[in-house]
Amino acid sequence: MGEARILEAFRTARTRPAFIPFVMAGDPDLEQTAAVVRALARAGAAIVELGVPYSDPIADGPVLIEAAGRALRAGTTPAAVLDLVRRLRREGAPPIVLLLYANVLFRAGVEDFVRAAAEAGVDGLIVPDLPAEESAAVLRTAEAFDVPVIPLVAPTSRRRLDRILAGRRGFVYVVSSLGVTGPREVLSPELHALIRDVRARTALPVAVGFGISRREQVASLAGVADGAIVGSALVRHLAQGGAVEPWVAALFGPPAGAGAAGVL
Amino acid sequence: MKENLSKNAEGTVPENGPIKPVRPIPPEVLRSLPDAEGRFGPYGGRFVPETLMAALEELEDAVRRIVPSPGFQAKLAALLQEYVGRPTPLTYAARLSEAYGVSIYLKREDLAHTGAHKINNALGQALLAREMGKSRLIAETGAGQHGVATATAAALLGMRCTIFMGEEDMARQALNVFRMRLLGAEVVAVRHGTRTLKEAVNEALRHWSAHVDETFYVLGSAVGPHPYPLLVRTLQRVIGDEARAQSLSLLGRLPEAVVASVGGGSNAIGIFYPFLSDPVRLIGVEAAGEGIESGRHAAPLSAGSVGVLHGARTFLLQDDVGHIRPAHSVSAGLDYPGVGPEHAWLKDVGRAEYVAVRDEEALEALKDLSRLEGILPALESAHALAYVKKAAASLTGPVIVSLSGRGDKDVETVARRLGAVLGGADDPAARGAVGGPPER
Repeated sequence: MGEARILEAFRTARTRPAFIPFVMAGDPDLEQTAAVVRALARAGAAIVELGVPYSDPIADGPVLIEAAGRALRAGTTPAAVLDLVRRLRREGAPPIVLLLYANVLFRAGVEDFVRAAAEAGVDGLIVPDLPAEESAAVLRTAEAFDVPVIPLVAPTSRRRLDRILAGRRGFVYVVSSLGVTGPREVLSPELHALIRDVRARTALPVAVGFGISRREQVASLAGVADGAIVGSALVRHLAQGGAVEPWVAALFGPPAGAGAAGVL
Repeated sequence: MKENLSKNAEGTVPENGPIKPVRPIPPEVLRSLPDAEGRFGPYGGRFVPETLMAALEELEDAVRRIVPSPGFQAKLAALLQEYVGRPTPLTYAARLSEAYGVSIYLKREDLAHTGAHKINNALGQALLAREMGKSRLIAETGAGQHGVATATAAALLGMRCTIFMGEEDMARQALNVFRMRLLGAEVVAVRHGTRTLKEAVNEALRHWSAHVDETFYVLGSAVGPHPYPLLVRTLQRVIGDEARAQSLSLLGRLPEAVVASVGGGSNAIGIFYPFLSDPVRLIGVEAAGEGIESGRHAAPLSAGSVGVLHGARTFLLQDDVGHIRPAHSVSAGLDYPGVGPEHAWLKDVGRAEYVAVRDEEALEALKDLSRLEGILPALESAHALAYVKKAAASLTGPVIVSLSGRGDKDVETVARRLGAVLGGADDPAARGAVGGPPER
């Protein structure tokens, strides 16, 4: 469960770097999210990051704010997202990491939520507004249920890495540039140094996110990062009615043969 | 006339419970808060994206190192005296005291430059930003008061300034938008979600996370991630420091109670803080909007629950999932779904009492003060006055009320609520609607 499945997904990924898509659960409804996740798995997704829509997403840019708005208007609740995960898990989907804001976790109760997430088959959590300083209690609970809480590292985190990475599991989410989620033209030149600093402190896989929308960016990460997280560009593409597989192939190249995670 | 203004005009019992004994907080306890993690008991903290943590650490260092330094304090004191016009007076409200039946003193933040206590904080943060080598200020604003104060400070100190404001608020407060632009600030419309103050804070935090190097975020209330509640309280406590000294010199004693309105809670924490170790009742008045039971209010301490909003754990308005619920108040400055974490703590330990008054009660108090004292208070401050009116029977006085701002900004809102047609010769407000039913 949890960490083992995540590490296995990086090892057996069908693209280099591993393709880690983000989709907002319930945008525009949960049935379509299920279909998109299946298509992403066929297109070579190693891990799927599933967003739980929230009213006040302070880490997100316009594309994901609007996606969350659509999902909330469709009535998407955390419980319904967990039901979706349970279903996808039964179908053999790639590992699923849930992205949710701290207040959703606290409102449900950390232990209750993590238990329910683990039972539904969630393999990890990303809580974008829960920095290391506020994480202790959540980490203890998550550890007990083998649900890694993925640490985020930003370009401004260089002096904070020891604190951020201590005792972490799963993988490391390196935020490529400052600001909120959303496509960027270029990836920060200091990114390589930042990843080197991270690798000097942990053996966990490193995935880069924020601003990835072009093939050259993905190619430049090969051999540097273990995974590339693609969120806003994908969500925008989907909102415009675009198909999944050709778009992913254009970004990552055609995936290698079926991975160990299976093809839906 | 007298009947209209006396307490219990409708023969109802004031809605206040038994008076609890005041338990002053020892100074050494006060000095220990917030703790190293930015907490007041279980409240506060830093629930923000990692991209902001380094900036908050830099700010905390500046708050602990630069703010207390004699150089900074001297510059700030000079600006507060020569530019803001401090100290603001403590005014005895003789006719209001007679009408309400308790002796009332007004701490006159309405007389500070730009018309409200907001300037104390905005100017202090702008000065700190300059000392930190930042070239640009950003701020959120709801009704526009904090935006105007920040734009003012930026103009004075020669800094670039961008104000984030909900699109809805921009439409409602067009004059303040123009004021900010006159002062040289850029005003950015926020089009997400409720398109009000809550979203403006979200957007300012997002923008800051992308521009942390050169930009300083001037947060307008005692809310947000650590160290903002500490910084804002440090800059606003001048209200209470002055009021306490003025009370001692003018009255020869401390007041029985200090009453202030609470939105985010900056004027309240500013006037409460210097009295926390004294045997003085501290009463924070939230906005009950259309009534707590209606669900349309802005009273998280009175009727909310604990959660995380804008980087702090505190009381807030939320649904079962944890989505933030919109607040409702006739007063734009109180129309906020959260509250500063230090107030949450003061409520928990029982050192301050938190109550709520409705829109119409605040409007009545606004009319009372205008008619009886020739002072048009901000709708925010009118909430504090309304509570004194309601609870006068349980107060022995003297009571200090934080008159946090002047009401000029609210004239249009008040006119609309009273059904006045501005500019008409047949204007009911001009005929005497103010202060009671129109005389026909």
